[in-house]
Formats: sequence, structure tokens, C-alpha cells
Amino acid sequence: MMQALREHPSLRVAALMAPGAFWLLLFFLAPLTIMGVISFLSRDAQGFPTPPYTLENYLTIVRDIRFAPSLSFEGGLHVRLFEGLYLDLLWRSIWLSLLSTLLTLLLAFPVALFMAQLPRRYRNLALFAVMIPFWTNFLVRTYALQFMLRANGPINTLLRALGLPPLELIFTPTAVMIGLVYGNLPFMILPLYTSLEKFDWTMMEAAHDLGADTWRAFTRVMLPLISPGLVAGSILTFVPAIGSYITVDLMGGGRTNLIGYSIAQQFSASVNWPFGSALALVMMVIVTIAAVLYFRSARGTQRVLI
Amino acid sequence: MAEYAVELRDVTKVFGDVVAVDHVSMAVRPGEFFAMLGPSGCGKTTSLRMIAGFERPTSGEIYIDGKPMGNTPPFRRNVNTVFQSYALFPHLTVEQNISFGLEMKGVPRDEIKRRVREVLELVRLPQMANRYPRQMSGGQQQRVALARALVNRPKVLLLDEPLGALDAKLRKEMQIELKNLQREVGITFIFVTHDQEEALTMSDRIAVFSKGRVLQIGTPLEIYERPANRFVADFIGETNFLDGVVKEVNGEMAVIEVNGRRFVGRAGEGVRPGVRASLSVRPEKLQLLDQPSGSPNCYEVTVSSIAYVGSDTRVIVRLGDQMIDVWEQNSISTLDPNYFFGPGEQAWLSFPPENGLILVD
Repeated sequence: MMQALREHPSLRVAALMAPGAFWLLLFFLAPLTIMGVISFLSRDAQGFPTPPYTLENYLTIVRDIRFAPSLSFEGGLHVRLFEGLYLDLLWRSIWLSLLSTLLTLLLAFPVALFMAQLPRRYRNLALFAVMIPFWTNFLVRTYALQFMLRANGPINTLLRALGLPPLELIFTPTAVMIGLVYGNLPFMILPLYTSLEKFDWTMMEAAHDLGADTWRAFTRVMLPLISPGLVAGSILTFVPAIGSYITVDLMGGGRTNLIGYSIAQQFSASVNWPFGSALALVMMVIVTIAAVLYFRSARGTQRVLI
Repeated sequence: MAEYAVELRDVTKVFGDVVAVDHVSMAVRPGEFFAMLGPSGCGKTTSLRMIAGFERPTSGEIYIDGKPMGNTPPFRRNVNTVFQSYALFPHLTVEQNISFGLEMKGVPRDEIKRRVREVLELVRLPQMANRYPRQMSGGQQQRVALARALVNRPKVLLLDEPLGALDAKLRKEMQIELKNLQREVGITFIFVTHDQEEALTMSDRIAVFSKGRVLQIGTPLEIYERPANRFVADFIGETNFLDGVVKEVNGEMAVIEVNGRRFVGRAGEGVRPGVRASLSVRPEKLQLLDQPSGSPNCYEVTVSSIAYVGSDTRVIVRLGDQMIDVWEQNSISTLDPNYFFGPGEQAWLSFPPENGLILVD
């Protein structure tokens, strides 16, 4: 056995990978397969999965989509060709998650840039500071955030003290957005920081030297060179956002529905496991396709760097 | 055209409490190959970065083509830089790297294509347009960096130790190539180096830097044969220093007394009777003889060691308690070991007065 391991490097790699692979197989692939099977089952009187096999759960989603071209000017121009409960839900989820990713990026970039330019000995301290929130349970932190935004919470107390009208924050889409950005900020900062720390600032000087102003040096040289961090951070932010449950539940109070929340509802309140499974798999496929396309679009610049 | 391509007038740069560049003034003529030479930390790179616009002078003014630069950012200066690390954009091909500057200036597409092709011919890399920098050797990357700067046809090309990362042989080749290239394109080159041989080989004129100051500006010949002070004499080439006191000054010549022995040499700046000074005489300008010569600078010495290095024989002799390097050119082909002095033998050390230079510290 040991002899074989010594002689065949590929066996050695396989041996090293085995525990991790086993773990994923047992706790990721197996449940996913079970979920796939459930999504083709019917539900019994209590809502739990039971034979016979059916396509009904997927057909519900497809049947829900109606061709209904419409045009509205309410709150900006809206052109739509299709409508449907789950289509709208998915579309809104993608849109809100993208928006939260963009906001997170805008907030994270200056922080990561600042950290990367700190003297070396302060950088680890800054990294440490970014990771401190992880020491508190996410649920507890979300409750704290909920408390901050409440009608009589610290923010509104402060506003009233300043003679300003209070804001209706909690249980609004804005609150969900605040929660998502807050929760995902470290996952954007860390990969961005890693890319920025490796960034060679002589590149910016070279760009300036060749006649690029600050904006063009940033877009033509810096952005492509830090794109690995940008892509990693965006995916680490977008994917949890679209599937988020706790934040949507506690900050949105069930009034702002995202698809992840809706799926969770199928497993709890609505007790419809087969339909919940189908919805989850459809979402997974769509998110995976989106992520692959995103990776592809960034690959032109990554090919050189990875 | 302005009288000078680049001029520094009383430029000082302070970082925190470190004076990196200390009241430097110098003027570079159009079309000149100008070297800024000095040990690391002497202010030469900071001076170059101020010309490029990456640093702003704390005081003083920099003129490019006669115009004061003030706070003009690097992207509005008609100069381009070849960085020590080359700083090629790793995500762009050679062609895209070279096109970058022209695209920023809004040069039309076909003209960019044509000029990129021309400059790749010029640096002898015509087949490399679609390579990425990491797919090339150091020497090739160096040429790309050069091409990327030259394609913009700047008034002045700034080169920060551009040959520093190359191995010795390639470096020698590139020295000659760079010099030829400069003649061909006729652009003013300002070149930073710590390698004195490189500066001597390539430059029309050299500014010798030390501790943020310019000690001397002159042609390679002037810098080597008439160093302005002890630092320059020591930094450029090899030399022997014999410390003593100036006894007399007669026009261009002076007499210095070193441990009771008198030597005659050229008087450097500030040489007056009674001041402490050093006689600087280069090893190749000394002779070892069997018998005394007629020179006033002729003393008996003991040969301490001898090294045959092919073209030269390098002898170390003792004069009193002073060790002196003597390099004798092997101008005669012989296998006779008795032709050379041996350790412990007596000899006469001699040099004509014009070969010695008396410098105040």
C-alpha cells in the first residue's frame, strides 16, 4: 500500500483528496440527489413527499409563466413580456442580489484598498478587524441590526433628537438591502484585499506615464489586474444574497420576498417539500449558469493571471 | 526648440526628515545621452521620478523643453519612462502594451498598427506582437518596455536602471544596442545607473550623484581623468589615495607631502598650501621600474603581491606603510616568469606629474 503510494504520484493525490471528497459526497451530493428525487414526487396529506413520480412540481413553475406584454411608467419605465408569481420572484431576487452585490463592492473597494496600502505590520491587524464580526453568531448580529433599524431604535431616536422625521426602515426592502450588504461585506473585502495586496503599483505609474489619466489607468490597468478578487468577491456575495433566508426573514419581516426565503417557506409554513425542492433546483441551475457566464466574461483577463 | 530638453533648477526633495535630493541643478541638451550615476540612495532615481512627474519637488523647478512643469501630472508630460522592473502590463499582449500610449492619445487605429510594427522592427522583435510579457525572456521584455516608451516619440526618454536585471553578457550587448538606438531615433535619453562602466560606455555626459547632491557633471573623459573631488575619483574606476598636506601650488600643478615624501601632481579645486588633501593616482597610470626614472614622483617600493590577470599584471606594492595598486599592461608576450617582479623584491614606483591629481576632501 505505502509502496504503491510512493511510486504513483496520482495515487498520492487521490489519497489526499479522499477524505474531502467523501465529505462532499456524503453531505452535499447525497442530499442534493435526494432533493432531486423529492422534486419529482407528489405530496401526501401532511405535505411530505410520497410516490407516484410526477413532473407536476416543475410544471407548476412553467405554467405560472404567462405571456403578458405590458408597459408601465410607474416608478420608471418597465417593459415586460412575461409575468408570473415565481418568475417575478426570481427576477426580483436576481435584481436585488445584483444591487446588493454592487453596493457591497462599492463599500468594500475603498476598505480593501486602504488595507492593502497599510504598512505591512498593520495589515494583519486590519484583517483581524474585518473578521471580528464572525465571532458572533450571524443570527444574533441580524437581531442587533433589526434593533438598530426599529421604529424606536437608535437610528430613529437620533433622527428625532436632531429634529428630523423618523425613517420607516425595518421590514422594508431597504432593511433587507442593509442586512445583505452588512452580512456580505467581509466576503467582498477579503478577496478584493488579496488581489489589491498583490497589485504592483508601478503598473499605475506606467499607465500614467503612457498618458492615461487616473480613471483610464484604473479601468484599463487596475481593474483587469484585480479582476480575480473582483469576480471571487462578487460571486461570494451574490450567491448567498440570492439564497438568503435569515436576513430576508428578520429584516424584511416576510414582506420582502426573495426566492431563497420562498423556498424555505415551502419546507416550513407551506409544507410542500416536493415543490420546494423543484424551486430550489431551478434556482440552483439558474444561479450556476449566471456564475459560469460571469466567470467566462472575466476569463479574458484572468487567463494571464491564474 | 528650447536650449535644454530637461533642466533642473535648484531642485530639492524631502521625504519626511530625509533629504533625498538636495539643491540639484543640471541641464540636459536635446539629443544627449545623459547618465545620472551614483550609489543606491544617492537621489538619482528620485530625480528621474521628479522629471517623469511621479514625485513633486519640495522646492525648485523642473523644465521640460523650456516649460516649467509645476504640478503637471505624468500623463501630461512629453516624457516616457522605461521602468527598472519594466512594468509591462501582464494582461496585455506585446502589441497591446505598445499600443497603450498611442490609444490614450487618440491616435487612429491604422496609424497605431503601423507605428507598433515599426517600433517592433526597431527593437528587433517583429515576431513577438501576440506574445504576453510572461512568455518572454528578460532581455525581450526589456526591449518591449523600450518599444512601449519609444513608440510615443517623447521629447525625453527616462530610463531607470533598464539593464539592471539582465545578466552580464546580455547587458554588454544591450549597452551598445541602446546607444545605437538612441543615435537612430535622436531622442534625448536620461539614464539612471549605479554601474560606472555602463555610464562611461554609453553617455555623452554624466552627472555623478552622492547623498542627494550632484558632485560633478561632465563627459566620461572629464569625469575619469579630472574628477572634481575624492568621492568622484573613488566612485569612478579604481584609484590610489595618498593622504597628506599641500606644500606649494604653481599654477596648475601642486606639491603634496605624504609621510615625508613629496609628490607633484595636478592641483584640484581648492588646493592651497597648508590644506589637507589626497593624491589620487590610478593604478594603470603608475609604472614599476628596475631603476629610478627622472620623474619627481619616483620612490623605491617593496613588491607585496602579484596577480597575473591576462591583459594586465596587478601588483600591490608597499611604500612605507601604504599599499599601492599598480596595473601593468602585458604588452609583451612571454612565458619567462623572471619578466615579472616577484613578492619581496624591490622596485621603483614612478609616474609623471600630470598622471596624479591632488584633491581636497
